[in-house]
Amino acid sequence: MPIDKIFKDDASEEKGERARMASFIGAMAVADLVKSTLGPKGMDKILQSTGRGHAVSVTNDGATILKSLHIDNPAAKVLVDISKVQDDEVGDGTTSVVVLAGELLREAEKLVTSKIHPMTIIAGYRMAAECARDALLKRVIDNKENAEKFKSDLMKIAMTTLCSKILSQDKEHFAEMAVDAVFRLKGSTNLESIQIIKKPGGSLRDSFLDEGFILDKKIGIGQPKRIENAKILVANTAMDTDKVKIYGARVRVDSMTKVAEIEGAEKEKMKDKVKKILDHGINCFVNRQLIYNFPEELFADAGVLAIEHADFEGIERLGLVTGGEIASTFDNPESVKLGHCKLIEEIMIGEDKLIHFSGVEMGQACSIVLRGASHHVLDEAERSLHDALCVLSQTINDTRVLLGGGWPEMVMAKEVDDLARKTAGKKSHAIEAFSRALVAIPTTIADNAGLDSAELVAQLRAEHHSESSNAGIDVITGAVGDMEERGIYEAFKVKQAVLLSATEAAEMILRVDEIITCAPRRREDRM
Amino acid sequence: MALAFDEFGRPFIILREQDQKTRLRGIDAQKANIAAGKAVARILRSSLGPKGMDKMLQGPDGDVTITNDGATILEQMDVDNQIAKLMVELSRSQDYEIGDGTTGVVVMAGALLEQAERQLDRGIHPIRIAEGYEMASRVAVEHLERIAQKFEFDVNNFEPLVQTCMTTLSSKIVNRCKRSLAEIAVKAVLAVADLERRDVNLDLIKVEGKVGGKLEDTELIYGILVDKDMSHPQMPKQIEDAHIAILTCPFEPPKPKTKHKVDIDTVEKFETLRKQEQQYFDEMVKKCKDVGATLVICQWGFDDEANHLLMHRNLPAVRWVGGVELELIAIATGGRIVPRFQELTPEKLGKAGLVREKSFGTTKERMLYIEHCANSRAVTVFIRGGNKMMIEETKRSIHDALCVARNLIRNKSIVYGGGAAEIACSLAVDAAADKYPGVEQYAIRAFAEALDSVPMALAENSGLQPIETLSAVKSQQIKENIPFYGIDCNDVGTNDMREQNVFETLIGKQQQILLATQVVKMILKIDDVISNSEY
Repeated sequence: MPIDKIFKDDASEEKGERARMASFIGAMAVADLVKSTLGPKGMDKILQSTGRGHAVSVTNDGATILKSLHIDNPAAKVLVDISKVQDDEVGDGTTSVVVLAGELLREAEKLVTSKIHPMTIIAGYRMAAECARDALLKRVIDNKENAEKFKSDLMKIAMTTLCSKILSQDKEHFAEMAVDAVFRLKGSTNLESIQIIKKPGGSLRDSFLDEGFILDKKIGIGQPKRIENAKILVANTAMDTDKVKIYGARVRVDSMTKVAEIEGAEKEKMKDKVKKILDHGINCFVNRQLIYNFPEELFADAGVLAIEHADFEGIERLGLVTGGEIASTFDNPESVKLGHCKLIEEIMIGEDKLIHFSGVEMGQACSIVLRGASHHVLDEAERSLHDALCVLSQTINDTRVLLGGGWPEMVMAKEVDDLARKTAGKKSHAIEAFSRALVAIPTTIADNAGLDSAELVAQLRAEHHSESSNAGIDVITGAVGDMEERGIYEAFKVKQAVLLSATEAAEMILRVDEIITCAPRRREDRM
Repeated sequence: MALAFDEFGRPFIILREQDQKTRLRGIDAQKANIAAGKAVARILRSSLGPKGMDKMLQGPDGDVTITNDGATILEQMDVDNQIAKLMVELSRSQDYEIGDGTTGVVVMAGALLEQAERQLDRGIHPIRIAEGYEMASRVAVEHLERIAQKFEFDVNNFEPLVQTCMTTLSSKIVNRCKRSLAEIAVKAVLAVADLERRDVNLDLIKVEGKVGGKLEDTELIYGILVDKDMSHPQMPKQIEDAHIAILTCPFEPPKPKTKHKVDIDTVEKFETLRKQEQQYFDEMVKKCKDVGATLVICQWGFDDEANHLLMHRNLPAVRWVGGVELELIAIATGGRIVPRFQELTPEKLGKAGLVREKSFGTTKERMLYIEHCANSRAVTVFIRGGNKMMIEETKRSIHDALCVARNLIRNKSIVYGGGAAEIACSLAVDAAADKYPGVEQYAIRAFAEALDSVPMALAENSGLQPIETLSAVKSQQIKENIPFYGIDCNDVGTNDMREQNVFETLIGKQQQILLATQVVKMILKIDDVISNSEY
């Protein structure tokens, strides 16, 4: 008796070995895809979107690459997911996490073919991850007490992060900028108050950090272009025809004169409103919504600088920076908190006019103006800078740092290897495999730089055999060197997140023994 | 086939359009149904137990779920066969009723079907098999009652509860931190439990998840967590001793339900209308302020002006809070949901010791914590984890653990897990079989054999020799006459489930056996399947 179909038509089912193979291969393919972008000499990828315009972006940010891929393999999606989370949580290490998870699965595949049960492998991986984390914890450097030293740590971390990106040419310049900007935040991880403005033109080196706030808007015509000791009212209110909000209201008139009267009343209303706003004793008015010509004229008459249509983020940030509140009603001028700044002026960057607020009350905010040859360069520069800022802001909260250049991986690998020797049972194979997967990261870094990875990694291993070695791969000179001397540092939080998420993802994929794919939902043709 | 002849020998049709339908009758129908049921059970079989594997399910929209929760797997499997759908229903009803053991019940039903097939081959009538199963299940349930143990716990000593929840969690991917999760689940249930009436309203426990962080960061909040932030970015982020006005009316001019029009035809009317409008906003905010509210939670949105007025009057507000969350907040803070501003009174305000906004990671995600509520009966389990799938799976696992804890509060009896209960029942049923004269005896014996399949699957998934292990445990149980011996899945070195602290709830086990028997009976009674052959 043949079994009737249990699933719907297009649904498919893959079991046991086949399922495992499908997920291993998918995950490894994704890992191999981003592998070549790892490390300071990693290559970039060109991504062309299938959307309108076939927009092109060039990047070597793992998360960005994976986000834009259309992936069908469910296991590969797990990896894309972890890189996304890594990006959200710590901002950097998005490539490493995928590569490590891929290596873990590659090793697992070998073990599975030699008839070790996936559950045993998982148990081994877990022990190994725990041991590796402890190894890192033992070797962390924490300069929380010493502010001077901590700052130099941050500098080094920023440079290490940036050196794999497009900004590597001017990494010192940008690292300084990033560290400066993050120090302004005073411990908060809210990167919103760092504004990044991209203006094509000039070279990357021309990028600068501005202490004030820059609004990419124009000043109304006939209004002052420069105001000292500005009192700013930040508002979110309609400055066009203020509509009556009572439901069902409409204008119904029977003669032209009435129309004129009502129009007059409307104008009067607007005048009133402007007057009320002016009563606040301000000399700068920033609105989120449009300001029509009529009120704009009124403002110009009063010598007040009016800026219209600042976007929502701009408004919020401006409120935050100048210390003013975002107002929507103007009846009590005495209690509305106004924003203050020393100087408002129009500045030119390239060909664009921007409004610059300097000498603001809250020192937290700042703007970074990026200059570069093309949009692609600027986009990539922004992503790189964002990575650096994320890492730095996280490091300020968790001040522990590690050396870079494959050093943490070697330290972990050594400890894990030791653990494997001590562990009885089949688990030890898995633990050993874990250490091999860890070593794959320095190997990849060396490979990507066109170095002799086998030779270098062997040297490294020998170096690390002695306690407290600082050896890592120095890609620039192409030799094994002391990472502390070279100033290559990484944040502990990033490494820990890479380790834990990669293990978690590998475990998740390993546990699967069956893949059931539902029939794709039929989409109605919208064309 | 469905063709009959009347007394004149003319054919007439009973079933319309028969050529488009397929029909299976008699023993064939039963065999086909059994095969389908078995196929579903086979899928789940490898997910059973602490060493069970997961399934990866790709949904119709390409979304991926990784789980080993039986109910979830079946739910998302896109099943088309009618009998398979019955199995899906089966695990769902176990999920609704008990919350745990959704895999076990399907495996059990599969095993019963397999045994039934064998009896059918012997020529035993399906109804007799069904009846035999019925008797056997009664024996098994009674036996469970006998071997069950009461175990004592109270609010201060909840260790036994934690142990039981850990058994449930150990089969999930979260077993890395099963201890802390089990504690969270137990504490959550105890916080909302009504120990007098032995009732737990699980609706009071909200399970929230947010991607990011580690699984270890999962926490229990004695209060409510709302995935919203303050309506105005400059409102205070922390409020102590909050008096909360819970509103379901928008901060907007009223919109009467009846259709109406306000005609403006003179300047005066225009002016009055304008004044009126401003007054509306002023009054609304004033009302809230007057009753002493220090926080407004509203189901609807605010007008820009109202928003600013609120901010201006130093009255923090949260907008667009969902209905369910609103209710929970009302329960937790002891407030009343107020549908109109006119009805606001100080008594209707909810009270909370601390309301604060917290942001996560590098993204701008913020959440609102409402803690130290007047009525701490509502709690939130807040799950963190590496990725979305992990969170979803943790949510399901926590749900299972919560259900188990609830069941224990309802009924303190437990049985031992690791297949021990099944083996004990199988022995009892086997012994009882001999007392029944008649054909049913065979069915009862088959039932006993089917019971063995659960420990068998457990052993198989744990990489042990199934037959060898099972027979060893069985003989041990008989020899020492203690029903605590089960399969040693975790390789601890002892078969004594008391020592390993592997418990399951009595009602959960009983329900499994009863539900599985019911479904199998239903399947066995079908002797004719008529279906459209197109699919």
